[in-house]
Amino acid sequence: MPHSGQPQKLALEGTLIFSDAAPLWKSLTARIAPLSRGERLDFDMSELDFIDGGTMALLAHLRAELKLRGVLCEFVGVKEQHVPIVHLYHGDDKPVRRKKRKPESSLAQVGRATLLFFSEVQQVFAFFGDMILAVVGLLKEPRTANWREVPHIMERAGADAVPIVSLINFLVGFVMAFQGAVQLKQFGANIFVADLVGLSVTRELGPLMTAIILCGRTGAAFAAELGSMRVSEEIDALRTMGFGPFRYLVLPRAFGLMLAAPLLTLLADLVGIAGGLVVALTSLNLTIGGYVNETRQAVDVWDVFSGVLKSVVFALAIALISCQQGFAAEGGAEGVGRRTTSSVVSILFALILLDAGFTIFFYKFGL
Amino acid sequence: MNEAFISVENLTIGWGETILQKDATFDVQRGEIFAILGGSGCGKSTMLRYLIGLEQPLSGNVYIAGYGTPNLTVGRPPFGVMFQSGALLGSLTVGENIGLALEQWTELPPDAIEAIVLAKLRLVGLGGTEKQFPSELSGGMKKRAAIARALALDPELLFLDEPSAGLDPVSAVELDELILSLNQGFNLTVVMVTHELPSIFKTVQRCIMLNRETKSIIAEGDPRQLRDTSTDPRVINFFNRTTEKS
Repeated sequence: MPHSGQPQKLALEGTLIFSDAAPLWKSLTARIAPLSRGERLDFDMSELDFIDGGTMALLAHLRAELKLRGVLCEFVGVKEQHVPIVHLYHGDDKPVRRKKRKPESSLAQVGRATLLFFSEVQQVFAFFGDMILAVVGLLKEPRTANWREVPHIMERAGADAVPIVSLINFLVGFVMAFQGAVQLKQFGANIFVADLVGLSVTRELGPLMTAIILCGRTGAAFAAELGSMRVSEEIDALRTMGFGPFRYLVLPRAFGLMLAAPLLTLLADLVGIAGGLVVALTSLNLTIGGYVNETRQAVDVWDVFSGVLKSVVFALAIALISCQQGFAAEGGAEGVGRRTTSSVVSILFALILLDAGFTIFFYKFGL
Repeated sequence: MNEAFISVENLTIGWGETILQKDATFDVQRGEIFAILGGSGCGKSTMLRYLIGLEQPLSGNVYIAGYGTPNLTVGRPPFGVMFQSGALLGSLTVGENIGLALEQWTELPPDAIEAIVLAKLRLVGLGGTEKQFPSELSGGMKKRAAIARALALDPELLFLDEPSAGLDPVSAVELDELILSLNQGFNLTVVMVTHELPSIFKTVQRCIMLNRETKSIIAEGDPRQLRDTSTDPRVINFFNRTTEKS
């Protein structure tokens, strides 16, 4: 065993391949740990038959680490056949100390997040500003919008959503009637299940549940579709052909959804009430006529209309937020995914906020 | 001396605090095939986006004769653009992609639009693909279809972003020949971003070379002359595919 301070040699023999790298790495790191500045350790390759790239990379790294610590280290006895691989992995270069990246301070992180937030806010305002300009432009030249797309959007967002909207709202009416029935039965007020279901479905749950389904189905699809178009330069291509992306892409989606959502909401109202009816017939011994009459007495036109009105506003929010998020996508598939997620979360938040706003407004004005 | 077709004056491009090119000044003459060259990351494609008005310069001006500063929000752009990926609208057929601008900007009836679409597709060697969707085309065919779309309204000026990148040698040569024939047949001014040397020497009449380190134009002129006479090692390395340091 060589003494400290004297040149040492580490003989590499036979075949060194990647499958041997783990034990080799372990033993070599332990071997070089005690070496200090001014000492010398050379890797003797004179008896080496074969070395692969991965193992050579590890040895070159160890050499660089030793040299940066002030330990003299070289590959010696390198056979001609091994010269290229030593050179390829910079085993004969002067090692360069890698710059340590300073971790970002908390203050810098807060600053960066704040800038990002304001930049996002700016983007949102810019989007709505452009949207207003597009609407004004559309009023001047109505034929410049992509009206042909509207029926297609209505079909995708509306007709194709009929089964899921029907199922969900039927179950909502059904569950609500069951929950109400348990309480109302105690007071012999079974018939008021019709009031409970009718009012809550038409005023609140019908439009809201439909909007939530549209958010997950259509909002996510809009964001992903426009996001993909953005990252594949299709939106830029449209602009270079003189198409305003707002008139061509956003307005048809917004109009299509604003037309489809009220129809879906009316359907949701009907199937929700039907869900309640099933419970009334099977668990509360009510008749169809009795349930329907009670519903007609409890629910007036305004109740239905207020729900439809909400659905139009919800649809506008879904279309605008999802399109804005799609337009903001960047950085490939990952960016599109991020914006799609973000659009769904933002829409859900906006829907709850708008619904609360409607409730307070209707309450204040006795509507 | 011809008046420049495109004038770029002291154009600085980038985003935020990142500047890609500073005070770039150059002209493009009417009817020439002009290329923006340079290594990866020097801002070639970004420069193109500024020339066509997709981005607003940090400073400086771009001026297209008879048109002014590019403004894509007003009216019909006088140029066609082929993006690197083709950027055909995936939800439309190839024919619909090409007919889009014709429907928007002309009063032509559908059968006349269809006739023009077929003619443009034949022009780029894609006759019979009008009913296909972009996803059914190969990379080279997508680029050809994108050129057909860019030519739909018979512009005087065509911008091409890396037209032959990623194509097999035969498709690349065919595309070069198409660009040359469009230039010669219609006196089309072509501005392209590329770093494909065979395409450059075959088609380009004049070029500028951007540099990432200096953020400036380091060479301007006929690419063949630059290759043969330039003493700048960066230019020599680019044209001779070498990595020698100065």
